[in-house]
Amino acid sequence: MFAIFTQLADWLTYSILNFSPDSKLGDAVHFFIEDVTKIFALLIVMIYFIALLRASLNIERVRDYLSGKNRGVGYLLGSGFGAITPFCSCSSIPVFLGFTSAGIPLGITMSFLLTSPLINEVAILLLMSLLGWKFTLLYVAIGICVGTIGGFFLDSIKAERWLQSFAAKALAQGQQKDQLQHEDTPVVMPVVMPVVMPFLERHQFAKDETFEIFGRVWKWVIIGVGLGAALHGFVPDGWIEQYLGAGQWWSVPAAVLLGIPLYSNATGVIPVMESLIINGLPIGTTLAFCMSTVAASFPEFILLKQVMQWRLLATVFFLLLVSFTVVGWLFNAFSSFL
Amino acid sequence: MKQIKVLGSGCKKCTKTAELINKLALEKGVSVNVTKETDPQVIMAYGVMSTPAVVVDEQLVHSGSIPHTEQIQAWLSEG
Repeated sequence: MFAIFTQLADWLTYSILNFSPDSKLGDAVHFFIEDVTKIFALLIVMIYFIALLRASLNIERVRDYLSGKNRGVGYLLGSGFGAITPFCSCSSIPVFLGFTSAGIPLGITMSFLLTSPLINEVAILLLMSLLGWKFTLLYVAIGICVGTIGGFFLDSIKAERWLQSFAAKALAQGQQKDQLQHEDTPVVMPVVMPVVMPFLERHQFAKDETFEIFGRVWKWVIIGVGLGAALHGFVPDGWIEQYLGAGQWWSVPAAVLLGIPLYSNATGVIPVMESLIINGLPIGTTLAFCMSTVAASFPEFILLKQVMQWRLLATVFFLLLVSFTVVGWLFNAFSSFL
Repeated sequence: MKQIKVLGSGCKKCTKTAELINKLALEKGVSVNVTKETDPQVIMAYGVMSTPAVVVDEQLVHSGSIPHTEQIQAWLSEG
């Protein structure tokens, strides 16, 4: 199904642009053309269809659904909804406060916010087409686990002590209200029901989404694939394997640390992952690097400072650092079974 | 004069929304006062979770995206 993009790249690179198939540069250009055309075509088609499906899912309904859920399933649900609910990272503070003032425990809110940047439809799409479905499943499973465990951990150390005072107050009020409601109406639970939405409205939403998302991510694809192509064409074969192979335990935490200041979204980083893996970087190290690039970023942390005290921020930061490192080590150790 | 507030953390979409409202108001000759509200506490008080959101005369009319031209025109012609 994707062979057409290889043929297109063959034709453009070797016939039109006249690169030799044996040259490093030709190799890099081929990689770039093939990946960019493939990703662009997939993005436009798939974003539209996915948006058609989830047109009636919005953040308000997720909040109503999550509030009043018991904690056991709450973390998993929070994390799962984080994966499928779209929202722009500039909305993370309003979302945080909206959840908090609805009385949703901090851990569940954080499960949602931790998973959200890691997993989204664009990321899944790119992973499927570049790295295959096995890797994609693995990536999604880990993303959900990190969110779920992270949320659970934050609640078990009572991290809500370290919210900024107005956010803590909103949480306390929300939980009180929640409790009253439950005493009054013990059985009525808000449920996310598929709202019947006329097709034209869905189509309009999907069209807007496609323009919106594509307009936002296309440059990331170019940058990501460009970096990947450069790695692909110019880093000597075997270099990565020799210096950053699975033998060096420190390469995983180093990769995580390196990923934090490098801020990217999943769209930009996945083409780089492909290239790193082809070049022989162990799968665990690659995963650790990419997840830390996507999930932990300084701009995001500065935003979160508005609602969290330093101690909570630092806790979240180390939580991410430790979990990505552990993920990396585990995958390097077990990669032979994959 | 209509008091219009654009709620949002100051991202590009919020700026665009405010500009669009100003532009359409000018075209229609409606006098408006468009302000941007970035304080998370205030945004929370309006119960808004997805930005940009628009408040017209203290009434929340929209949230989650840059509003369409027709929507804005409808708000401007009310009242």
